[in-house]
Amino acid sequence: MKALSLKRLNKVYAGGVVALRDVDLEVDEGEFFGLLGPNGAGKSTIIGIVSSLVRKTCGSAEVFGHPVDREPWEAKSVLGLVPQEFNFNGFETVNQIILNQAGFYGINRRTAHERAERYLSELGLWSRRNSVSRTLSGGMKRRLMIARALIHQPRLLILDEPSAGVDIEVRRSMWTFLRRINTEGTTIILSTHYLEEAESLCRNIAIIDRGQIIENTDVRSLLRQLTAQSFLLDIQGDLAEVPVIEDFHLMPVDDSCLEVEVRSDQSLNELFARLAERNVQVVSMKNKSNRLEELFVRMLERPAEERRKPEQIETTT
Amino acid sequence: MRGNAVHPGYARQTLIALRTIAWKETHRYLRIWLQTLLPPAITMTLYFVIFGNLIGPRIGPMAGHSYMEFIVPGIIMMSVITNSYMNVVSSFFGAKFQRHIEEILVSPTPNYTILIGYLAGGVGRGLLTGLIVTFISMLFTDIQIQHPAITISVAFLTALLFSLGGFLNGIFARKFDDIAIVPTFILTPLTYLGGVFYSIDLLPGVWREFSLVNPILYMVNAFRYGFLGESDIPIQTAYAIIVIFIVFSVCLSLYLLRRGVGLRT
Repeated sequence: MKALSLKRLNKVYAGGVVALRDVDLEVDEGEFFGLLGPNGAGKSTIIGIVSSLVRKTCGSAEVFGHPVDREPWEAKSVLGLVPQEFNFNGFETVNQIILNQAGFYGINRRTAHERAERYLSELGLWSRRNSVSRTLSGGMKRRLMIARALIHQPRLLILDEPSAGVDIEVRRSMWTFLRRINTEGTTIILSTHYLEEAESLCRNIAIIDRGQIIENTDVRSLLRQLTAQSFLLDIQGDLAEVPVIEDFHLMPVDDSCLEVEVRSDQSLNELFARLAERNVQVVSMKNKSNRLEELFVRMLERPAEERRKPEQIETTT
Repeated sequence: MRGNAVHPGYARQTLIALRTIAWKETHRYLRIWLQTLLPPAITMTLYFVIFGNLIGPRIGPMAGHSYMEFIVPGIIMMSVITNSYMNVVSSFFGAKFQRHIEEILVSPTPNYTILIGYLAGGVGRGLLTGLIVTFISMLFTDIQIQHPAITISVAFLTALLFSLGGFLNGIFARKFDDIAIVPTFILTPLTYLGGVFYSIDLLPGVWREFSLVNPILYMVNAFRYGFLGESDIPIQTAYAIIVIFIVFSVCLSLYLLRRGVGLRT
């Protein structure tokens, strides 16, 4: 069963701005799917069309087999949305916002209270249930929107930049929570700028740029496209000079740190052995930057006509 | 909407959603009663004091009644019109401006339920304000209601019509200025010229005919008929005009909601 199916979806805004061009996308039930792309790529337009806040120009969008334009009641009933911008009434309390949302979905008061307690507790907001929403911190507001989107227990949850402006501790707990509800059966589509987040959470991702899907695959396959990675090596003591090792390109970062590029056909063990031969001891190592992030940037830099070619991408990461 | 009629949860969802929106809207104006209920009570009290008590005795009787008795129905109707309109336009535009209208738009709530929910708030505030002003008027004159059914039905239909007007204004409004323009430049002049403070029989020929194109005149006069049993225009004509405007406004509102005008891009 497809949780989401987009076929030849197009959107042209008033004024002629083309936001989507023939977008085809399918997300299986139970997936944790990432939708990535730069600002203005069309991510929020897709989410808007699926949630009925944006009218499509042509094409089709179905949620669990229900066209959003012809069977809106069925499609909306199984969809939960966490939008990018805060869009709740700042004068209402946390509890009022959650209970009203339950009412819009036809959930009776008793069930709504039970679910409100469950989700607000799980998201660490139960003690703030009587607080007026505008007094919450940014992280709390994000969690409130997640609780609100879950109150009708949707089969498909769409999150548009849920981690924006959220500190790392809250972000990590949010990830744990999202992983759990995904494991319990909720299909999740995550639109994010944090590629570390996509790499950590999503099994499959689609990359959209200038209104077109330029990549749609699983994260592992995508990362296999990396032919080289760059690492930062912390060295014991200060380096007198940069060691020269055949086949490895080493560059100094500072007196006790080296940057090295390692191709996929090379071994880190071999590198460490050769460094040891030269009395260079590595005390720690890390990737220079997030792998998916580097790949993402490289893909967007490719000319449009090359983007759909399944070629290997040379990268420094 | 295909398939809605056969889905077993449709009617239940719609009813609970309607109750939720109606209560949310009612709770809103009750919560901010200092802004919604108290000001019209004070303003209308001033009208009774100045026009009824101080100036009224100098004007003398109008249409066979004391001036105070004559203006009471018009002033009550003025508060009903203004408050039902302002409640819906400010609440609906506020929801658009803060984007929390999206809470409802992404839910399976049908458009007619959204409309009825907002109208419930507008009608409720309009009638509650009208009731408050009626009680205040009893402090100034011993007023009798000749036709209670007509009084109540005209008040309800007028509150409904101006709630619809507020809803339409809210749909088209893009900034806060837009929700002030209609009440300031259209609603208030039409209300003052709608026979609240005078009988149109006092006007010279051409101005009397001109007054007859003002729909508020019919509402004020029908309401006054309910109170005093006197009206400048036939009561059936008043009902017909109010109902025609309501039907037109409902159809237009639903059409605009369906098209997503001002709500969906």
